[in-house]
Amino acid sequence: MVSIKELSKEEYLLKGHIACAGCGPAISLRLLFKALGNKVILVVPACCSSVIPGPYPFTSFAVPVQNMLFEATGATASGVVAALRQRDIKDVTVVGWAGDGGTFDIGIQALSGAAERETDFIYICYDNEAYGNTGVQRSGATPYGAWTTTTPTGKKERKKDIAFIMAAHRIPYIATACPSYPIDFIEKIRKAKEIKGTKFIHILAPCPTGWRYDTSKTVEMGRLAVRTGVWTLFEIEHGKFKLNPPSSRLIDRAKRKPVKEYLTLQGRFRKLTEVDIEKTQKWVDEDWERYRKLASNQ
Amino acid sequence: MAQTVIDTANHIVAYAAKAARVQVIAAYPITPQTSIVERIAELVESGELNAEYIRVESEHSAMAACIGAAAAGVRTFTATSAHGLVLMHEALHWASGSRLPIVMPVVNRTLGPGWNIWADYTDSLSQRDTGWIQFYCADNQEVFDTTIQAYKLCEDERILLPVMVCLEAFILSHTYMPVKIPAQEKIDEFLPPYKPKWFLDVDNPFSLANIVTPEYYMEFRYMLQEAMENAKQLIPEIDKEYGKFSGFEHGGLVEKYKCEDADLILLTMGTMGTEAKIAVDNLRNEGLKVGVARVRVFRPFPKEEIRKLAENAQMLAVIDRGISFGMEGFLAEETKASLYDQKNQPLIAGFIAGLGGRDVTFKTIGKIAKKSSEWMRAGRVEKETVWVDLRE
Ligand SMILES: Cc1ncc(C[n+]2csc(CCOP(=O)(O)OP(=O)(O)O)c2C)c(N)n1
Ligand SMILES: [Mg+2]
Repeated sequence: MVSIKELSKEEYLLKGHIACAGCGPAISLRLLFKALGNKVILVVPACCSSVIPGPYPFTSFAVPVQNMLFEATGATASGVVAALRQRDIKDVTVVGWAGDGGTFDIGIQALSGAAERETDFIYICYDNEAYGNTGVQRSGATPYGAWTTTTPTGKKERKKDIAFIMAAHRIPYIATACPSYPIDFIEKIRKAKEIKGTKFIHILAPCPTGWRYDTSKTVEMGRLAVRTGVWTLFEIEHGKFKLNPPSSRLIDRAKRKPVKEYLTLQGRFRKLTEVDIEKTQKWVDEDWERYRKLASNQ
Repeated sequence: MAQTVIDTANHIVAYAAKAARVQVIAAYPITPQTSIVERIAELVESGELNAEYIRVESEHSAMAACIGAAAAGVRTFTATSAHGLVLMHEALHWASGSRLPIVMPVVNRTLGPGWNIWADYTDSLSQRDTGWIQFYCADNQEVFDTTIQAYKLCEDERILLPVMVCLEAFILSHTYMPVKIPAQEKIDEFLPPYKPKWFLDVDNPFSLANIVTPEYYMEFRYMLQEAMENAKQLIPEIDKEYGKFSGFEHGGLVEKYKCEDADLILLTMGTMGTEAKIAVDNLRNEGLKVGVARVRVFRPFPKEEIRKLAENAQMLAVIDRGISFGMEGFLAEETKASLYDQKNQPLIAGFIAGLGGRDVTFKTIGKIAKKSSEWMRAGRVEKETVWVDLRE
C-alpha cells in the first residue's frame, strides 16, 4: 500500500496556477503527478484544466502537455501513443485528462474509438458534474435536480453511468476515485500504469464554484459523496468488479448516510423537493443493489 | 533502381507514403479516397511499410491523432475527401496553428447535398483559410512527386505547416497512368528521417497549444503568415531539387505552357490544366496566341507569378472547378485580387465548369478560349462569370 510519507516531495503542478479556491480538479491533478511522477505526456482538451496552468508564456504543468480540441482526447492520445511506439519509447505514460463534458458528451466518440482500438493509455475523467470552463452548464454527468446555468430550475434527467459504458468496451481496467481519498486515488493510478491497454479512471472532483458550497469544504464534500453512497469507489479489473474501502463497508444500507446530508450542503440542489430527494435516494439504493450483486458474484 | 508502375493515383499516393517512410498513419475511409487507405493497410500489414496505422472512428479523430503523433515527433500521414475533410475543419486550424508538418492527400470530391462522389474543388477550397499549404495536381506522376516534396517542404524549419496534396476524384484517383518512381536511395537522400527540433518530450517539457492571450496571439499568426511567404520561395527550389534526380519538375508554383507570347492566357488548376494544353495546341494551329498557366499551389497564393503573367497578356480566362457562393470562382477572385493596383490590367473573365464531376475536356476549354478571344478582340468582357455548359 502507498503511504503518504513515501510519496515524492516533487511537485509537477507548480505554484501560480489559476484554479478557483477549493478546486477539486486541481487537487486531483496534484495527486495524479504524485502518483506518476514526470514521465508523463498529458493530453488535455478544452476544459477547466486547459485554463488552470495559466496562459502562455507560462504554465504550471511541469510535464509535456498537448492541449487539444474539446472532443478529441481519445484520438489525440492514440496519436501520441503510436508515435512513442515508433520512437521505441517505453517508459512514458500517456494520460488523457478530460472533464465530464469532454468525456460523457462531446468526446465520447473519440474515447470509445480509442478504447475499442485497445490504445495503451490512461484516460482520466475528472468529473465536476458540469461544464465548468464555460461557467457551469449542464452535462451528461450533471445529476438529477442540480442547478446549472442551462438548467436554472434543476436538471430533469439522471447522470450517465459512464464507468459501465466503458466496462461494455471490455477494457482491462476501470476505476472510480475521489481526491478526498488520496491513497486510494494514487494506488489506482499506479495500478493503471502497470496494465497494458486502455485504462479508464472516473474521478469525482467537487467544484465549489459550480456546486455552490464553501471553498473550504471540497474534501468534506467528496467524503460525504462516498459515505452517502452517491459516489462509490470500485474497480473493474479484467471484468472483475470489486468495491474498495470505504465503499466496500457500505453495502449494508444502514451504514450509508442518507443522501439528503450530501444534497442539502450544496446550493445547486437548493430547489430539490422532498420527493426529488427520495427519488435520488431510491436511485442510489438501486445502484448499490447492483453493486452488491456484482461484488458477491465475483 | 527507379521503376515505372502503372496504377491509379490513389495507389500511387500509398506508394508515396511508403517511399516517404511515414511513421504514423491515421485515416478513415470515404469514397473516393478509400483505395488509398486500403492499399496502405496492405503495405503496413505485409511489413513493407513500418508504420503505426490507427484505424480511427472518424476524420476529426484522424486529424486529432495526426496532431498528437506529429507533436510527439514522427512523420505523419492521413488522406481524405469531401465530407471527411470538412468534418476535420476545426482540427485543420489546430494542426496549422500548432505548426505541425502533416501531409494529407485530399481526393477532391464535391459536397452534398445531394450526395455526389465526383470531382470538384469545393471541399479543399472551402478550407483555404485554415493555414494549410495546398497543392493541386494534374496527373499521377505529379501526385507521387508532390507527396514526397510535401514532406520535404513542411518539415523545413522555415515552414512547419501542414500540407494538402489535392487530386481530383476519379479523373486521377481511379485512373491508371504510368508513374516513374525514383530509386528509394534517391528519395531517402532527398528526404532524410524527420528530426523535429521540438516535440512532446518528458526530458524537456513544454505545453503545446495552451492559452494565448491577445498580448501574444497576433505574433503567432504573423509567424504563420511568414511561413506561408517562405513557402513561396521554397516550393520552386524543392521542385527543382527533386527534378534533378527524378527527371520531373512540375512548374514550382505555377506551371506555364506557351505563355511567353500569348495574348490570351487560360488560368486554371489540376487536370483542367492538362486538358487546356491540348486545347491550346489546337487553337495555336488556328493561329490564336493562347497559353495556359496551371496554378499548382493555391496556398500560399502565387500572387507575384500571376502579376508577371498579366504583364504581357491582353486577357486572362480563369476556369474554376468550384465557386465561393455569393462571389465568384475561387481562382478568379484571387487572380483579380492579385492584380489590383498593377500597371497592366488585362481583361479577366471567369468560367465555372465541371462542378460535381461534370466533364471538362479540351473541347470544353476550346469553347471557353474562343469565347474569351472574341471578348478580347472586342476589348470588353460581356459576362463576369460564365457557367459553362449550364442546362437552361
Ligand atoms: C467544439 C467546442 N464546443 C464548445 C466549446 C466550449 N467549451 C470549452 S470547455 C467547455 C466545457 C468543458 O466542460 P468539462 O469537459 O466538464 O470540463 P470542465 O470545464 O468542467 O473542467 C465547453 C463547452 C469548445 N471549446 N469546443
Ligand atoms: Mg466538468
